[in-house]
Amino acid sequence: MSRLGTPLRLLLLLCALLLCATAPLGQARAQLTTDLSNHVVAITTGFAGSSVLIFGTGAEPNDDIVIVVRGPEKNQVVLRKSNVAGIWMNTARITIENVPSFYALASTRPLHEIADEAVLQRHRIGVDQIRDPKLRLKASENLAREWEEAFVRRKQAQGTYSESYYLIQRRSAALFRAEIPIPPNVPVGPYHVETYVFRDGRIAEAQSQPLFIQKVDLEAEVYDFAHTQAGIYGLLAVVMAALAGWLGHLIFKRD
Amino acid sequence: MQIYLPIAELSVNVFLLLGLGGLIGFLSGLFGVGGGFLMTPMLIFIGIPPAIAVATQANQVIASSISGVLAHFRRGNVDIKMGLVLLAGGFVGSTVGVALFTLLRGLGQIDLVISLSYVILLSTIGVMLLFEGTRALLRRRRNVQRRKLHQHHWAHGLPLKMRFRKSRLYISALLPLGCGFVVGVLSAIMGVGGGFIIVPLMIYLLGMPTTVVIGTSLFQIIFVSANVTFLQATQNQTVDIALALMLIAGGVVGAQYGGRYASRLPGDSLRILLGALIMGLGIKLLYDLVSTPDDLYSLGATL
Repeated sequence: MSRLGTPLRLLLLLCALLLCATAPLGQARAQLTTDLSNHVVAITTGFAGSSVLIFGTGAEPNDDIVIVVRGPEKNQVVLRKSNVAGIWMNTARITIENVPSFYALASTRPLHEIADEAVLQRHRIGVDQIRDPKLRLKASENLAREWEEAFVRRKQAQGTYSESYYLIQRRSAALFRAEIPIPPNVPVGPYHVETYVFRDGRIAEAQSQPLFIQKVDLEAEVYDFAHTQAGIYGLLAVVMAALAGWLGHLIFKRD
Repeated sequence: MQIYLPIAELSVNVFLLLGLGGLIGFLSGLFGVGGGFLMTPMLIFIGIPPAIAVATQANQVIASSISGVLAHFRRGNVDIKMGLVLLAGGFVGSTVGVALFTLLRGLGQIDLVISLSYVILLSTIGVMLLFEGTRALLRRRRNVQRRKLHQHHWAHGLPLKMRFRKSRLYISALLPLGCGFVVGVLSAIMGVGGGFIIVPLMIYLLGMPTTVVIGTSLFQIIFVSANVTFLQATQNQTVDIALALMLIAGGVVGAQYGGRYASRLPGDSLRILLGALIMGLGIKLLYDLVSTPDDLYSLGATL
């Protein structure tokens, strides 16, 4: 993962594109080169979702491309309800460890047409490949799969896991792009945007780009403040409400 | 226009929040109730996590109670001594309540407990309002005998008697302490001020004169909800200042208009209407608890 600035990245990409265009036929293939429209998604007060544009060059016309946007890994509690005296309540829980908090996949074709299960599993490509090996120490394979599938299903319903085939557009033989939507409830943290080029069912090339999703300005300050200075935050909330109530009384004095 | 709530970590329409605050504020001004018990279920319906809805609502209650108590102070309708005794019970109750809240949250049962508490509370209040409203409508047509001014019951035998001059009472301090405690626990778990519970208790159990009841209850509610807000913020980090601000802004304005309309509208029919609305909310919450969920699984906390 390089730490080059965006202008330099774009310059590099441009060079790559030029190389690609000017390279005489029959020479070695151009290397996979990708970049993002923005490496930082800022969550501000008006944040209502966003998107990240991924573009790249270096894939052959017959190659398949898969792009995965992976969020920071977290441990996630999953709960299961059952009916107790007529009321549905949570009666079982499990913690799925080290799973991505966000997972958005875009591809040129449905995954099963691109490569077989074993290849996809090895590189953890596709939401079906989300696994927590530790779960198998506590439960049987079938049971573990049930919880994992439930987890993925809920994440998909929440919008933080997604798979969209045919989302990648080919602009020319060499250039491809995909716009991955970022939902408003996106988890914050360091992300990876991985691009895989599949040739004959195997990964021919891959590249990863960093992406940061972070709260900025007021949003970040309020959140940090509430968590690091909880006492002062609590007092501030009380004082703010008291002042607002008093102000309301002054403005709308009625008699 | 969307606003991203920093603690709830989701994006909600600003006008929806302001409108909700305004509507509930209007209703609370109209009926002289706190409105917290209407706001929390509404917040849950629009997708705010219950734990955050409850804690933030407690924050909003501070503002609406201060707004209300100032007017009562000016008219001298606050029994401060009684308020302080209620408050002592309320402080203990709300501290216990927040501890219970934290425990239930850890167990993954807090949403269920909040929903269940609301089902019980809303259906009780709803039935009471419908009953009262209908009875009042009927009573107008015939004369009713007045009750005796003072009645003696079991509560007068309790020790630790204390004199409350403003309320013209000489009763055991354990009574207001106990009332304060119960409402304190409710305040922590449900995010309500608890006025609709403590007011009947003050009138019927303590025997306070109705003129000082509202002012005194508001006085103690301010400090109890301040305690809840502070403890929720420090123990659970569930107080969302941005959400609270929106609700307060809408609520303060709404309450003023509600108060102005209160004298112009037919009270009994409105009470029946409010009763029906509350029943509706309660039934919806109950339905969500008993109907088979679309998916038995749900996501809990991320660690």
